[in-house]
Amino acid sequence: MNKKWLVISTAAAVVVAFVAGAAFLRERSTQEVTQAAQTNNDAFVRPHSPVFGNPAAKVTIVEFFDPSCETCRAFYPIVKGIVNSSFGQVRLVVRYAALHKGSDTAVKIIEGARPQGKYWEVVEKVLADQPRWADHGNPQPEMIWDTVKDLGLDVAKAKAAAASPEVEQVLRQDTADMKALKVTGTPGFFVNGTPLRDFGAVQLKALVDEEIKKQKAP
Amino acid sequence: MSTMQQPARTEHAAWTPLFLAWVIALLATAGALFLGEVMGKTPCVLCWYQRIAMFPLVVILGVGLLKSDGHGVGYALPLAWAGWGIALYHCLIFWGVVSEALSPCRQGVSCADADVQVAGVVPIPLLSLVAFSAILALLLLAKRKVRT
Repeated sequence: MNKKWLVISTAAAVVVAFVAGAAFLRERSTQEVTQAAQTNNDAFVRPHSPVFGNPAAKVTIVEFFDPSCETCRAFYPIVKGIVNSSFGQVRLVVRYAALHKGSDTAVKIIEGARPQGKYWEVVEKVLADQPRWADHGNPQPEMIWDTVKDLGLDVAKAKAAAASPEVEQVLRQDTADMKALKVTGTPGFFVNGTPLRDFGAVQLKALVDEEIKKQKAP
Repeated sequence: MSTMQQPARTEHAAWTPLFLAWVIALLATAGALFLGEVMGKTPCVLCWYQRIAMFPLVVILGVGLLKSDGHGVGYALPLAWAGWGIALYHCLIFWGVVSEALSPCRQGVSCADADVQVAGVVPIPLLSLVAFSAILALLLLAKRKVRT
């Protein structure tokens, strides 16, 4: 009987140590991320960053976005809904985190379409077609060009823009900011500079609501 | 009299080595899950095969201990041998003894990657090999004790 308890209490001790270790590491990384957000205040929004919603909105959702990321695809309608139902109080700023193979090419294609005013149409098309072109083992981002033709895009012009040094610089700056802000997964959300630590759609909405309330109560 | 075989009583002879083997398997399982799920290191293919051999040892040996049933040794040994073999192969790849071309890790995380180290010092495959070796030795010792 004693030995049975030895087995059970050993198992329990290991489980407790595991949970405590996980909680400790999580707390430490929360501190690091919060500190990185505070010290790199200028890294959230750059002049080149695309904005969705009212540009003068008081609450800013910064999303580090990867066009080949499935979770980013799932979050797109959620974030769009938050902005659209906010009566101009919330805006979305898109930053790129090209973490997958081929993502950098996809980002360049999206940015290449931007001068023609087709940015959000292309983003939606790219996300809708993601299962086709963004196989993580064998990504084929060049396929995006075929699918965006229907949007009335001047493809030759967009290709030239995609290959421009300006777009290269956008990608480089966003990658540097992603590292400075310690974003390791996508989508990486910040609401008015506060990192979304407890990941989820409900949690994101709660964080946005909290910031809206803060803005209303001076 | 019943001809049914009585469970091998392990309370006196083989209990301690079986308990130690179980503790090692438990710590290795918790460690692997911690590295993968908490610290976010993606296991490579060979790591997965070693996990497949290690994780059930916790259950098989644990149930055997709770029931004081020494027969668990017989079920645990093939798993321990399999895990030990894969861990040895993984170490040989990690140290470059087996050539990179033979490495089965063409996709995803490389098994020869220097990232498979704890605290940047101890390679994970070596830890795995040590754990499987200790479990094997303890199981073989327990098997002898169950018989006598």
